[in-house]
Amino acid sequence: MRPFDYIRAEAQSDATRAGAEGATIIAGGTNLLDLMKLEVMAPDKVVDITRLDLGEIGEARDGGLRIGALVTNSDLAADMRVRKNYPALSSALLAGASGQLRNKATTGGNLLQRTRCYYFYDTDQPCNKRAPGSGCGAIGGASRLHAILGVSENCIASHPSDMAVAMRMLGASVEIESEDGETRVVDLAEFYVLPGEDPSVETVLKPGDLITHVILPAPRAGRQTYRKVRDRASYAFAMVSVAGRVSVQDGRITEAALAFGGIGSQPWRDGHVEEMLVGEEPSTALFAKAADALLADAVTQDGNAFKVPLTKRTLIATLKDLTAEIAQ
Amino acid sequence: MKTTLTVNGTTHEVEADTRTSLLDALRNHLDLTGSKKGCDHGQCGACTVIVNGRRINSCLTLACMHDGDEITTIEGIGTAEQLSEMQANFVKHDGYQCGYCTPGQICSATAMLDEAKAGWPSNVSGDLTGTIDLTDDEIAERMSGNICRCAAYPNIVDAIRETAEGRK
Ligand SMILES: Cc1cc2nc3c(=O)[nH]c(=O)nc-3n(C[C@H](O)[C@H](O)[C@H](O)COP(=O)(O)OP(=O)(O)OC[C@H]3O[C@@H](n4cnc5c(N)ncnc54)[C@H](O)[C@@H]3O)c2cc1C
Ligand code: FES
Ligand code: FES
Repeated sequence: MRPFDYIRAEAQSDATRAGAEGATIIAGGTNLLDLMKLEVMAPDKVVDITRLDLGEIGEARDGGLRIGALVTNSDLAADMRVRKNYPALSSALLAGASGQLRNKATTGGNLLQRTRCYYFYDTDQPCNKRAPGSGCGAIGGASRLHAILGVSENCIASHPSDMAVAMRMLGASVEIESEDGETRVVDLAEFYVLPGEDPSVETVLKPGDLITHVILPAPRAGRQTYRKVRDRASYAFAMVSVAGRVSVQDGRITEAALAFGGIGSQPWRDGHVEEMLVGEEPSTALFAKAADALLADAVTQDGNAFKVPLTKRTLIATLKDLTAEIAQ
Repeated sequence: MKTTLTVNGTTHEVEADTRTSLLDALRNHLDLTGSKKGCDHGQCGACTVIVNGRRINSCLTLACMHDGDEITTIEGIGTAEQLSEMQANFVKHDGYQCGYCTPGQICSATAMLDEAKAGWPSNVSGDLTGTIDLTDDEIAERMSGNICRCAAYPNIVDAIRETAEGRK
């Protein structure tokens, strides 16, 4: 690991000022330190935000929740309001990492965790995300973990978070404080940016920006679930995951929200697929049609083409669960 | 950088480079070599310690971030003369072979029982809001952050189950 200066933020403004001056924020440290040990990330200044007062889950004005950026993944998953009203979020958190990691991992850090692409992690390999302009080793290389939606010719890295997939499905937004002390709220739909020309840019955050909260809108009707398919039963990243909420009335789907992990360059949501379901009677044929629409633009490699049929099957199974006793 | 750590009830001042992980501070600066380094990347759990009541991977956190924190390592869980219940049950059930993962397993299991007691659900709990019954599946899921290369898993689960039952 390269040497670095350590700054402990006592106030949010310490963190934003340090960030604007080039320091990298550390929260739980479970992703940043992993990457610093490998020198994939090599900040010369690190600002510790763990003493800031951002560890509470409060009620938002509209009946939703306002989650402090430092709330740990364990505390968020165990919060009774989350378990009752946003069960897909509790399930997604509990499907991620391990008990020890969830005790350290924070809400803000989880959103910003970097890809698990092998080429990103190996500083001897080309990677446009780590070293812009060096190329993409995964295209034509090992791509089992990689994305099939929202990719570019410069990068096919997938976003690894489970939590963010559930939050995307729930319509969460991110509250950000910038160096000038201003606060802005960005919908998670606009928070991540596509890899395009420069895959090293992953979000709309600027130097000096501090995530202070994640806001969940008031709970909505319907059944929720998070289904994760992975290479082993626990403690592994998603090959494919689906967060879903569906309401059914009088035999017809009245609302549907779906987000996907393991297959997108960011937590993936496609409003068109949801619209296809609304107003229809649940059926396997309908679900298959929705899956085909979701995957119509998939760009695959030899190593990850299996994700097309796997996503289709996972989505059908998820929608059957969410509409059970009604679907044929 | 100077950091104050209270480890197993004793307060220490550690003078270490900012890069020092909590694991390295414990092992190299405080000579508490019970906590093990398996992967140094959060993947194996051999370095598990309990900080302010919660189990964490001590390899993935900086010592200087823990100024003022209370840390329990395997040395603080019990002694050779006075084993904790969990330790005694690992011995009874032969919950190890080479023993390298064992300090991490025991710290992790000890804190895991408190998580279950607090009603935290897991990925295999059928009902997110129900009461927790520590079945073998529950124990395996909650302990999945501790890898055992010798694959002593069935015996580890036996040791944890017996400890959990003893506490009921
Ligand atoms: C072995 C292993 C297995 C894992 N498995 C899974 C899994 O199955 N599913 C899953 O979803 N995750 C998994 N993870 C990843 C884990 O969830 C993340 O490491 C964790 O959520 C990151 O949170 P943190 O607080 O530790 O972030 P840090 O490491 O502290 O920070 C991560 C990034 O976020 C930035 N940052 C943090 N907080 C803020 C803030 N408030 N404002 C602005 N920037 C901020 C930091 O600068 C840094 O770039 C795994 C990790 C490991 C090591
Ligand atoms: S040494 Fe910390 S998890 Fe492996
Ligand atoms: S006893 Fe050898 S690694 Fe677990």
